[in-house]
Amino acid sequence: MSGYMEAQLIILCLSIIYAYGIFLPAASGQLNLGAAGFITLGAYASAWFNAGTGAELPMWLSIMLAMVFTGVIAFAISFPILRTRGVYMVLATFAFAEVVSGIAINLEFVGGASGFPVDDHADVTVIVPVTILVILFSFYFMSTRLGLALRSIHDDESVATLFGVNVRTAKVVAFTVGAMLMSLGGSLYGHHYNYIEAQTFNVLLSIYILLYVLMGGTQTAWGPLIGAAFFAIVPETLREIAESAGLKWLAEGRFMMFGAFIVLLMVFRPEGVMTRTLQNRLGSGLFRQKKVVSDDAGGGS
Amino acid sequence: MFLDVQGIDVRYGRNHAVKSVDLTLDEREIVTVLGANGAGKSSLLKAILGSEKSTGTVFFDGVDISGWSAPRRVNAGLVMVPEARQIFVSLTVHENLQMGAYCRSDDVGAEIDAIYDRFPNLAARREMLASILSGGEQQMLAISRAMLAKPRLMMLDEPSLGLSPIMVKQLFALIEDLNRDGLTILLIEQNTHMALQSADRGYVLELGDVVLSGDAKTLQEDSRLGEAYLGTH
Repeated sequence: MSGYMEAQLIILCLSIIYAYGIFLPAASGQLNLGAAGFITLGAYASAWFNAGTGAELPMWLSIMLAMVFTGVIAFAISFPILRTRGVYMVLATFAFAEVVSGIAINLEFVGGASGFPVDDHADVTVIVPVTILVILFSFYFMSTRLGLALRSIHDDESVATLFGVNVRTAKVVAFTVGAMLMSLGGSLYGHHYNYIEAQTFNVLLSIYILLYVLMGGTQTAWGPLIGAAFFAIVPETLREIAESAGLKWLAEGRFMMFGAFIVLLMVFRPEGVMTRTLQNRLGSGLFRQKKVVSDDAGGGS
Repeated sequence: MFLDVQGIDVRYGRNHAVKSVDLTLDEREIVTVLGANGAGKSSLLKAILGSEKSTGTVFFDGVDISGWSAPRRVNAGLVMVPEARQIFVSLTVHENLQMGAYCRSDDVGAEIDAIYDRFPNLAARREMLASILSGGEQQMLAISRAMLAKPRLMMLDEPSLGLSPIMVKQLFALIEDLNRDGLTILLIEQNTHMALQSADRGYVLELGDVVLSGDAKTLQEDSRLGEAYLGTH
């Protein structure tokens, strides 16, 4: 694999992990624009556990501790944040990410504004398997009783309550587990590039990740995978094709075209690319197998 | 007394939706609550189920459940078929049924199969999104979903709303069927005529007050029933 391809693959993998972190709460209808905040927490916490404490913890342990750390914070803030919904939740989570960023920039023991070098390196042989694990975990998560409950909450919260779904608990779990996935992604980012600074994880990143998920579709676990892959691959591929064909206008204007495409998608398919209906229609062997699994998990538990 | 509701009060801000309502239900009875729009019928049901904040006391099978959460009441067998059916439209038919059994830990496979035997239309569409069902099919799904919650008392909120006359007949036949099989039913309706034909007893609500109650047959002949709807005194 060429260095360029490998770099692209890393970006794709991280995007996928982030996207699943936003997808889990989004499956129950939560709009979370705080991705950058959880990613920052994960990146800094893991880097610090790894090299900053004097204990020199191994990378895998640092990453896991960072996930726990982020999970505890996400759990704590989920209670006030989940009192809001819709655009107010977008604002609340955005504000949270800004606060985290502000704190990270002012904490001298993790480098402050000049950034923080990260010790241990995670290369593609670590990141790809972890990404696959995250994907499998998310599919499993959505096939459980809790996954079904989250989707029913997305549809109609008050009716979900009528069948004994504890809406608050389900939402808190989805929010917290999602935050832990983003923390994992952030840790891997730090360990791959071996240098982090809070400004990298800005609101633009949060917007992109939320877009991956909304464009891909929140109805099935395929959505974030498709959304992240699309966003990570299409603009780059478009550039390559345009440059090799000598179409300078296309290479330079690709983001404009991409933007127009997003607008069109929002107008004509607001529920995202991948829907339940499309999944049923695509009913190939792979899709069928998935469904059998979800039936067993729901009926047997 | 199977269900004994004493002095239930529901308020939405300054709106006093249910005013100290008393209501009782014996086991295996069909009791209907009638009233015009805004009479407080749905609020009363939600208060009994615990999904709406209320004051007052609710005894279910002799136990005071007033302080219980909605999930706990569902577990105890209080199950509601919500207004306008409200099935989960982005879930499949089968997943909707699974949601009905959400609170149960035992195997419901056989019960789901029995439902598919009873409603072949649902069986044929089990993997399709519930949003494609017709109004009548959606109502059958909503009731089936509620049955899977193993109800001891089923509360139906205006089940005949928006259904064709033929579907309404089938619906009431189904309700009477379930009752014959031993289910106690609390039925909220605007379709007074059909409801009083199926029910044993009835209550008439007007602006949150019980203005009339008694035997279904007596109510049917009471001229004050019309007044409660038209608001003439």
